[in-house]
Amino acid sequence: MASRKHLYNPGAILKGLSITFGFMFRKRPTIPYPSLKKQHSPRFHGLHELRRYADGKERCIGCELCSSVCPANAITVIGAENSPDDRRSPGERYAARYEIDELRCIFCGMCEEACPTDAIVLTPRFEMADYRRGSFIYDKDRLLVPPDAGVGMPPDDRPGGIPGDLGRVAEIKSTTDVDTGYSATWRGEILKTQHEGLAILKKPEAQE
Amino acid sequence: MPLWLEVLIKSVILLFVVVTSFAYAMLAERKILGWMQLRPGPNRVGPWGLLQPAADAAKLMLKEDLTPETADPLLYKLAPFISLLTAFSVYAIIPFGASASGQTWAIGNVNAGILLILAIGSLGVYGICLGGWASGSKYPLLGSVRSTAQMISYELAMSLSFVGVLILAGTTSLDGIVNAQARWWFVLPQFVGCMIYVITAVAETNRAPFDLVEAETELVAGFHTEYSGLRFGLFFIAEYVNMLTVSCIATLLFFGGWNAPLHLTFIPGVAWFVIKVACFMFFYMWLRATLPRLRYDRLMAFGWKILLPLATLNLVVTAIVVAYTG
Repeated sequence: MASRKHLYNPGAILKGLSITFGFMFRKRPTIPYPSLKKQHSPRFHGLHELRRYADGKERCIGCELCSSVCPANAITVIGAENSPDDRRSPGERYAARYEIDELRCIFCGMCEEACPTDAIVLTPRFEMADYRRGSFIYDKDRLLVPPDAGVGMPPDDRPGGIPGDLGRVAEIKSTTDVDTGYSATWRGEILKTQHEGLAILKKPEAQE
Repeated sequence: MPLWLEVLIKSVILLFVVVTSFAYAMLAERKILGWMQLRPGPNRVGPWGLLQPAADAAKLMLKEDLTPETADPLLYKLAPFISLLTAFSVYAIIPFGASASGQTWAIGNVNAGILLILAIGSLGVYGICLGGWASGSKYPLLGSVRSTAQMISYELAMSLSFVGVLILAGTTSLDGIVNAQARWWFVLPQFVGCMIYVITAVAETNRAPFDLVEAETELVAGFHTEYSGLRFGLFFIAEYVNMLTVSCIATLLFFGGWNAPLHLTFIPGVAWFVIKVACFMFFYMWLRATLPRLRYDRLMAFGWKILLPLATLNLVVTAIVVAYTG
């Protein structure tokens, strides 16, 4: 009998029709993606980035902690000794090779947490589609930020020689993104478009 | 002007109008379904997606035309054309308006128009039935068997709902029925008949919630599972043209055709006709966005145990009332 009640009850059908009619005039939550981008949290786990200190030295000291903590075995690090006349990083060692296979990566952020110098961080960038598998292996050329985009004081210059900005990854990420902003890199651009996108979204008539 | 030339010109114009309305009915359906589901609908091709039908047509034409190995090649290739032909040929006798001198705007003015429409409409099932059978695979076959059963059972109630109108109008010609509604639209005295017609029309055109013929949750795509490319497109056109047809018939029989409501005669009759048909088309899309598909046994039970007795009762009551008052 229950089925009969639902099937032949015109009141229920009219109620359903009124609900769908009302939905026609509701605000649609769609963001027209390629032209307007959703704003992600600054802590969003996207494509990696290898960072530098403010003086341009690489933060990575080639310790391979990221590579050993990586649950997907996506990171390959081969460290090398710094030579006195060409110091790449403040420590004794630097990463001669640093490669991340973004097809293996599960974007868990363990590398970011393991890194003692906050060298490897995940950025909000997520558009990495490509036609060739090989192009998903990101090497140092593509991971490392430009020399003028470094942040933070290297440990040698610090009073008491405190190594790195331990445990302050999130804070650094949010402040560097919004305030200093890597204007030379895509990271600044994406945040800029995100902020513009948010401004457009706040206008009520912008959505079709 | 010789008659054949006149008919040819009228047919070409009408074909263009019907195909264009099909294209934009399809776009409107996708838009309206989108809005009702809080989506914007197609909006990438042209402004507001207005060129989407052209893009779809180009895509369908470029797709490969597959014929399954087990198919009956002749019937398989013929079936979409049967669907399309019957869908279009109804428009030969549907009147769209009347000039001030009383001349009806139609290709042919048949004095048994409503019967001819029923006859041609019944042929439409052959396209679906043959297409499903000739595909030589099980889902299309199930779909076409369902379609046959469904269309035959709902056609009975549909025809009976027409008869009430015929008794009131006293004629079977479509312009005669429209002229008989100059004072009252037949939806008022024939409200039950109108409801029965609207429900059966949804079933006749295989639209949700009666789209068991192509129930994708059970039958993949029903009768047109194996069809691809242009032949699929022909079935698709036929479905929408049938929707337009039943909307036209509902307008002609129950909603006064091109008669203006409330003496709003400054809008021409053809415009009223188009507005009324558009309202029906919207109603179909609205139904599709709202109601879930019926279970098959309930569909049949609803047709035979509810609609058919109701239509018979409506017919008897109408006949008695007309006999005593008229």
